[in-house]
Amino acid sequence: MGLPVIELRDVTKRFRTPSRTFYTAVRDLSFTIAGAEFCAIVGPTGSGKSTTLSLIAGLEAPSRGQVLVAGESVAGVTRRAGYMFQTDAVFPWKNVLENVCTGPIYRGVDRAEARRRARDWIARVGLAGFEDRYPNQLSGGMRKRVSLAQSLINEPEILLMDEPFGALDVQTRILMEGELLELWAQTSASVVFVTHDLEEAISLADRVMVFTAAPATLKRSYEIDLPRPRNVTEIRFDPRFTRLYQQIWEDLRSEVVIAYERATKRASA
Amino acid sequence: MSVLPNARVPDAISTTALAGEELAAELRERRWIRIERVLQVAVFVVIVGGWELAARTGLADPFFFGQPSGIAATIWRWSTRGTPAGPLWQHMAVTLEETILAFLIGVVIGVVAGFALARNRVLAAIFGPYVRMGNAIPRVILGSIFVIWLGLGMASKVALGVTLTFFIVFFNAFQGVREVDPNLVNNARILGASPRQLSFDVMLPSALTWITTSLHTSFGFALIGAVVGEFLGATQGLGYLVATAQGAFNTNGVFAAMVILSVVALIADALMTKLEHWLTPWRPSAHRPGP
Repeated sequence: MGLPVIELRDVTKRFRTPSRTFYTAVRDLSFTIAGAEFCAIVGPTGSGKSTTLSLIAGLEAPSRGQVLVAGESVAGVTRRAGYMFQTDAVFPWKNVLENVCTGPIYRGVDRAEARRRARDWIARVGLAGFEDRYPNQLSGGMRKRVSLAQSLINEPEILLMDEPFGALDVQTRILMEGELLELWAQTSASVVFVTHDLEEAISLADRVMVFTAAPATLKRSYEIDLPRPRNVTEIRFDPRFTRLYQQIWEDLRSEVVIAYERATKRASA
Repeated sequence: MSVLPNARVPDAISTTALAGEELAAELRERRWIRIERVLQVAVFVVIVGGWELAARTGLADPFFFGQPSGIAATIWRWSTRGTPAGPLWQHMAVTLEETILAFLIGVVIGVVAGFALARNRVLAAIFGPYVRMGNAIPRVILGSIFVIWLGLGMASKVALGVTLTFFIVFFNAFQGVREVDPNLVNNARILGASPRQLSFDVMLPSALTWITTSLHTSFGFALIGAVVGEFLGATQGLGYLVATAQGAFNTNGVFAAMVILSVVALIADALMTKLEHWLTPWRPSAHRPGP
């Protein structure tokens, strides 16, 4: 593994809530992610995983601490990142080709060149022939492919993924996971993949980071030494996979229980 | 996949049976549509026929209540031989011109103002309350003021129409920009959008859905503005026709002008739907061949 591409140093993020109190989403969080590393973050609901991604992307500024991408302190939206959102964030008024073109055009590439690159990426994500469709004419899985091509066309050094396949059905999800690994293998991007699903995290990542219940901080980090290239379907039957799963789940479960108890206490209060 | 060797394969007989069933379902559907059409027409016949009958039998005095045949005759007379105040098409043209001018001016000002206030927090804080106050003014009274200020010509009607359409478009444009999905904005920012690109490539198209929906209502209000303005004081236009017919106790004339106005409004509404589909072709309501 090379030099860290992403580095968080004692990062704390607090938000002002509408009721004029402050909510600490992330507390004293530090970690590094190396170049071309695939890192998954798991943690209970509402544990600041998405906030962490926003901080890396520069969509939010940390209240304290420092976020570094490629050695530079993040100030404002970084141009080095691609971001896949949990919900559909493709532009409904643009067809597939225009959607994929968006990044290069925003970054000043001329239209003809942007279109040429977009066609190439559309083909790579398996959507050739669908260039002139609007998002509402596509299935959920196809929209995710558009979103993936839209992010990857900018050739980001880091790819931030916020439960990107959470809304898909199980079969489509496994297909998409496999294709993500194939596409990622062709790039040298570092991936930060936030998910609820521990199985998904282990089958995709080089490293799984377990976050505590809010305010989030890093509880423990696990190396996933399963061989690559991986087959996301078959790897789940590997005995090493099962062992890792049990180990990480023990850690994760106690945090999930804390988060759950807090939520039920709030609900009954 | 021969897990079920005995699985039934649809044979020729069941295929014809299926075709028969489909045909029967299709025929049933068509019969229902026919019945619905007949009932639709029946409602019209009962209401208009009842009215005509009441007028003829003296149950409802045609002098006060008018008479469908009289209304039809008035429309026919106006369109073939002209109204007492000049040819009908001239009045229609005047009203339409006022309406379209008021509509265009109101929409442009409304979109620009709504967009500016939604994008700029300071502007919204300063002007927001005044816009809401302005919207609370009963506009018909403004109509009288505009006649005093701008005279009996077209300008006073256009001004009244603008005050009616502006607020509808304004609030929709404002809301449309405010309701933009934050994920879309963040996605655009990550992809590299400048603030200008955010405004025109993300916020505006996103707000277009709201704005185009408001166009139907605002065109209707522009028409109301024109007609009410003419009614308050004018020398031509459909509202003027209503006013003169009323002055002459010509009930059929009032109804005739009303029917003509309704037809104009319906045609405008259909055109707006076309415009809406043209402006927002990505919406599912625009019927395109699906995947």
